[in-house]
Amino acid sequence: MISEPFAVGDSLLHRTDPAVKIISAMVLALSIATGSSFQVAGAGLLVAACCCYAAGLPLRPLARRLAAVNIFILLLWITLPLTGGGEQMIQLGSLQLSGKGITLAGLITLKANAVYLLLTALLATSTIAAIGHGLERLHLPNKLTILLLTTYRYLGRIELEYKRLRRSAVLRCFHGATNLHTYRTYGYLIGMTLIRSYERSRRIHQAMIMRGFTGTFPVLIQPRTGTRDLLFLALCVGISLLFSFLTIR
Amino acid sequence: MTTTEDNSRPMLELRGIGFTYPGREKPVFSNLDFRLNREKIALLGDNGSGKTTLLQIMVGLLRPTQGEVYFQGRPMREEKDFFPLRRRIGMLFQHADDQLFCPSVLEDVAFGPLNLGRSREEARAISVETLNSIGLTGYEDRITHQLSGGEKRLVALATVLAMQPSALLMDEPTNDLDHDAKSRLLSVLSSLDMPFILISHDWDFLARLCTGFYSLKHGHLHKSKTIKVHQHSHAHALGEQDHHHSK
Repeated sequence: MISEPFAVGDSLLHRTDPAVKIISAMVLALSIATGSSFQVAGAGLLVAACCCYAAGLPLRPLARRLAAVNIFILLLWITLPLTGGGEQMIQLGSLQLSGKGITLAGLITLKANAVYLLLTALLATSTIAAIGHGLERLHLPNKLTILLLTTYRYLGRIELEYKRLRRSAVLRCFHGATNLHTYRTYGYLIGMTLIRSYERSRRIHQAMIMRGFTGTFPVLIQPRTGTRDLLFLALCVGISLLFSFLTIR
Repeated sequence: MTTTEDNSRPMLELRGIGFTYPGREKPVFSNLDFRLNREKIALLGDNGSGKTTLLQIMVGLLRPTQGEVYFQGRPMREEKDFFPLRRRIGMLFQHADDQLFCPSVLEDVAFGPLNLGRSREEARAISVETLNSIGLTGYEDRITHQLSGGEKRLVALATVLAMQPSALLMDEPTNDLDHDAKSRLLSVLSSLDMPFILISHDWDFLARLCTGFYSLKHGHLHKSKTIKVHQHSHAHALGEQDHHHSK
């Protein structure tokens, strides 16, 4: 089951039109990711932090998610200073660390955290359903939107089905080991889950046809793009342009 | 009800229906005839006797290998012939989870009316009204996959009723329901004034709702006038204490 802990709320960002938030998140993330200076990366992190503050996101779960992201970044800190090359070298005991590598790792850390916080503040403050409808309004191909929405709806079911199959295997004394029997059993489990999901998707499609579905998802709740939404969009686009200008200059 | 409804013709008719699943030799039915007029029909049969297949043929989800389906006297030959039929005949699927695919209850109930070309305001009003009419007031913003089994079944029924059908096909709606959920479903279904076909293995449930009884066996439909009410002993917890059964 996918939980959406940040989607509930009544902050400024929660009330902003999802379509506007999608565009804002895209342009900001792009301008921060392509930035090559500490100036842009640091300012990006500041903007992202402000967005999180404006969204009123709870600190503890946010920190947990950030920690998960930074575990991957830790790998960069292990490899980049040793392999970064360049002329500036820092001697640390018997190790020679690359100054360029350290700078690069620092830049990536700042950028990754900024983009992650930004996406969380802008996109996770809407439900996946609302994001799906937002993408639809931005004229993303209909099939992709339907794919996103139905995947979200049925992922939990598919997981449940897999667990049920696994449980029945475990109840008949199945223990995973490194042998052919284990591989074959997992093959069967995954295969059976796929078949069941396929059959379920056929039944769902039938149910949709019975209710007059012809290929497009009608939208019941249509958020209106207000002046405040447009102002927010203008602000985000403005900041992105500034970042890009600083990068190009 | 703006379309012309000719009462002399049956709403739905099957003539000489035969069906064989691809890749199998034995047909599920051969030369089967059936008419749905104003009756409330119970459809009985063993597992695998073809009850669900029959309902799917009626609404064009499966095409018969022989014979034809008639809706209000017109033969249904192509996919688009079935559009008006599906508008008028609602179908409740065996698994409510297959039927509820929108995130919120309101969106799911409004899906049908929106597809039928209703405006957003109309669809919303119809949905709220339908939910109210079956005792689900205040369920609009609930998340569909978090509902209980009984609630899911009732919401699935609401999604069908919101299309304002003139007949219903129901595939084992009593499956997996506890006593309370079953009696809620019973009271909703008995308040409906429309013909239906109901597949179930729950004889008590069928006896209280239906006026016609068919059983499907070896590819043939047999009609019996009534289910004979008779007494028999039954078991339940605390049975030795004095008690009575309310119906």
